[in-house]
Amino acid sequence: MSGLAGFGVLLRKELLEAVRTFRLPIVVGLFAVVGIGSPLLARFTPEIVEALAGDMGIPVPTPTVEAAIDQLLKNIAQFGGLTAILLAMGSVAAEKERGTAALLLTKPVGRAAFLGAKVAALGLVLLAAVAVATVGGWIYTAILFEAPSVGGFAGLGVLVWLSLFAYAVITFVASTLTRSALAAAGIGFVALVGLGIASAFPEVGRFLPPGLSGPARALALGGGAEVAVPVSAAVVLLVACLGVAWAAFRRQEL
Amino acid sequence: MTDGPIVRTIGLTKRYGPIVALDGLDLEVPRGVVFGLLGPNGAGKTTTIRLLTGLARPTAGRAEVAGVAAGPDTPELQRRIGYLDQDPRFYGWMRGRELLELVGRLHGLRGARLRDRVADTLARVGLSDAAERRIGGYSGGMRQRLGIGQAIVAEPELLILDEPVSSLDPEGRRDLLALVGELRASSTVVFSTHVLGDVERVCDRVAILDHGRLVTDGPLDALLDEYAGPVYRLDPEPGQPAQVAALVAALDAADWVTTVVLDGGVVSVSVRDPATGGRALLAAVVDAGVALVGFERQRPTLEDVFLRLVGRDRDRDGAAA
Repeated sequence: MSGLAGFGVLLRKELLEAVRTFRLPIVVGLFAVVGIGSPLLARFTPEIVEALAGDMGIPVPTPTVEAAIDQLLKNIAQFGGLTAILLAMGSVAAEKERGTAALLLTKPVGRAAFLGAKVAALGLVLLAAVAVATVGGWIYTAILFEAPSVGGFAGLGVLVWLSLFAYAVITFVASTLTRSALAAAGIGFVALVGLGIASAFPEVGRFLPPGLSGPARALALGGGAEVAVPVSAAVVLLVACLGVAWAAFRRQEL
Repeated sequence: MTDGPIVRTIGLTKRYGPIVALDGLDLEVPRGVVFGLLGPNGAGKTTTIRLLTGLARPTAGRAEVAGVAAGPDTPELQRRIGYLDQDPRFYGWMRGRELLELVGRLHGLRGARLRDRVADTLARVGLSDAAERRIGGYSGGMRQRLGIGQAIVAEPELLILDEPVSSLDPEGRRDLLALVGELRASSTVVFSTHVLGDVERVCDRVAILDHGRLVTDGPLDALLDEYAGPVYRLDPEPGQPAQVAALVAALDAADWVTTVVLDGGVVSVSVRDPATGGRALLAAVVDAGVALVGFERQRPTLEDVFLRLVGRDRDRDGAAA
């Protein structure tokens, strides 16, 4: 277990860093805007279109709770995916570049603990952000439309978090393999786009992180959803990515 | 295990592609000494330290610290080491006290013991007043002192300092050397530098590296006796340039003389053997008809040893090329 030496101390440092560098409050604040803004946008889209279109008379369907949830999922997928990449891009690469990785790794710290603390902190920051967005989204959907199922909306939050965490971990692996945060971000962005395109094929899509949005929508609308396959696939992807990161990092020279 | 050397390297080799940074280093550092690792730039000092701290992996051979094999991902090794990089980097958002607490916790310190060690260390490195300031606002000298602090806060068995005085002002340098002298009582200190005067002030033993190879190592006094021949300083009376020139020419030709330097009217003469030198030198002065106002035998310095050993290797390499 010496590889995990120092995990708790390092996780505390990572979380303190997220607060002190304003990463956590900024990301949570932005997700709150997305969570609250999505049902608002869905509700007032007809008025906005009418105001912009003037006398052109563009028909817009009457907004529903489904539209609010679709808007929330779409906005979180786009904005959240990019945020996850930005959060993870410098996790390891920037520390190697700045020399602070060498500062910590000459202390009694296992390399697994060093990586694990960073991944856990990433996951917790995203969890806080998604939780705020989900709660904000539920409240405004309830105010503007009707109250969705609490359990179903919580399920939506968990699945959304899992998909964003997958993008963060893919970028994290790239950050571990390279010495450049920019290169890691590039790899993460290519993965985001590539997985989005691949998920257009249903046979493949249900095994990929974007495939989690379908079950998330169904759960939020109070229906049942087949989550075992996409969740298992996402967990396998996460474990595989972390395995690659650890195998590469444990023998890296700093 | 505790009686053996704290550092042992056996055939330690590091190559970066075609470049041999360290070539079969066999070295032992006894416990309780201040050990100077000397050498010109590119000699292999920092590579040796990176291998000892687990930041790099050897291409061949091995290194041990207190019986623990050195290499990446070895917390058991790092538990025994305090390390200061030649260009220490920290988290700018962190406060000085927080960094020392972080390092202390990683070494297993908790509660009152941690608080006491951090307070004592801050006082020792002169940062008590700046402890609550963000490290991002520290000056270069303050960062260097913080670097020393994080290296000693957990009272490691082995303290490794890579060029620790490089960014310090004269006062900071004096304080650091005094601190290294104090640490001798509790830790073994390995200290890399190319400032030879600092080594003479604090080190008990030295190793000289050049081109990735160990040139020599041993107690400082023994190296001075073995490698630095005596140097005589002759101070002729003014107004006798012809006689002084004749003396220098005669000494240059003598087989018992190593080097002769005429600088500012003063003649410095290195001789192979002090007994012969003392007698023959005065005879040469008389033969040249030079009147002296001063004649003294100077204590050899580490610089003399260093230049002789490293310079000799350079000459040999140059001849080979």
